[in-house]
Amino acid sequence: MELKTPLYDEHVLLGGTIVPFAGYLLPVQYPTGVIKEHMAVREKAGLFDVSHMGEITFKGETALASLNHILTNDYTNMKVGRVRYGVMLNENGGVIDDLIVYKFADDYYFVVVNASNRHKDYEHMKKNILPGTVIEDISDTLSQVALQGPASFEIMGRLLDEGDIPKKYYTAKEHVVIDGMDCIISYTGYTGEKGFEIYTANENARKLWNLLLDTGKDLGLIPCGLGARDTLRLEAAMPLYGHEMDDTITPLETGLDFGVKMNKEEFIGKDALVKKGEPMIKRVGLEVVGRGILREHQDVLSGDVKVGHTTSGTFCPYLKKAVAMALIDKEHAAIGTELTVDVRGRKIAAKVIDLPFYTAEK
Amino acid sequence: MSEVLKELKYLESHEWARVEDDGKVSVGITDFAQHALGDIVYVDLPEAGDEVTAGESFCEIESVKSVSGVYSPATGTVAEVNEALLDSPELINEDPYGSWLIKIENAELSDALLDSEGYEAVLENEEQ
Repeated sequence: MELKTPLYDEHVLLGGTIVPFAGYLLPVQYPTGVIKEHMAVREKAGLFDVSHMGEITFKGETALASLNHILTNDYTNMKVGRVRYGVMLNENGGVIDDLIVYKFADDYYFVVVNASNRHKDYEHMKKNILPGTVIEDISDTLSQVALQGPASFEIMGRLLDEGDIPKKYYTAKEHVVIDGMDCIISYTGYTGEKGFEIYTANENARKLWNLLLDTGKDLGLIPCGLGARDTLRLEAAMPLYGHEMDDTITPLETGLDFGVKMNKEEFIGKDALVKKGEPMIKRVGLEVVGRGILREHQDVLSGDVKVGHTTSGTFCPYLKKAVAMALIDKEHAAIGTELTVDVRGRKIAAKVIDLPFYTAEK
Repeated sequence: MSEVLKELKYLESHEWARVEDDGKVSVGITDFAQHALGDIVYVDLPEAGDEVTAGESFCEIESVKSVSGVYSPATGTVAEVNEALLDSPELINEDPYGSWLIKIENAELSDALLDSEGYEAVLENEEQ
């Protein structure tokens, strides 16, 4: 049975098309449609319900050491209020999940994981934390909304004092009060656009959602569904668990080197990564030459030989072209390489292009 | 509630057919279908001269999120394809009954075609 987020009734009132996703009933789009929702985020602002995401706290004297043991990134020199990406590996170097870590105190970290992996993540963490670390899955008490797009700053500025708004990408502030609601305000997102992710207790969710929508309405803020969330992250070439990575793919194979600190003394999966050596496959961008749309799990061919597969693909509303991410043999991964993709029996010509497909203006 | 035109014939799978004055059969997808698909971004049309068979898929329509086959309401030969849709597939969203996909000649209509009332009954079930 699917769960409802605290915002479910709002989605229904707004006319959202509700689908099951990661165990929750969530809107895939509102009557505005995916393309308009996507464009709103690129040009103005969009509001997403991402309450399905999982939140796990790490507390105690050894919390940092536990994170450094369980995750690929190095959290040692992190200041309070910083946010850092990370990957959690199994002993074979495959990805259990990717996540972000917030530091709120030397002995208190807040970890946000993918909804569909939450229980598996928690079990893995519980098994591998060091004595002196206490973890807790607080997902069921927290809601999260993502306010994304260039107008996000002005919208937040109408609700908060300047000093309460995080100024740098990948920083966050805890216990910020919006109209009486205790929130975490995080300058992060999953759209390739600037914006905020805001966490608050479930009982505040509806009030916060409607307050944000009302506050940003004249600036073009609209509610956006999972459909736009996916096209936005794909256009920005942000990887998604289950697509660009899974427990058989290493983070180095899928291009997450920036979040893997091989010079760290140890972390679970490091030995396997060392043993595997230089990855033989690479995550690349593909652009359709001519007509057609690429989707996930389609074979990528060089001549008649399979050299990889697509991991995500769609028509990008902002760039107005059909693109895909693919994991392919390194020797066919050079920019400009001409390949074909088997689209339900049709051969569609595509060429390797640079990632990300889209980068927001700074 | 989706729009249904009185003068058209329909398949349960949400295609419409119109017998033109010259005897050719124009084929498109219904308002309900375009709405269910969402923003349409690609149409893989057949070519003039291709044979189509009643009840079988002759084309794929892709929206941002999904791919759907379009089923033929008649058996016959493709006389014309609507090439405007190759560059502007969103026309189907904007005007589903004006945006024909193909015209079929020497057409033999499917026995499964419904009139507008029959199709409205199908929609009532779907929309429940």
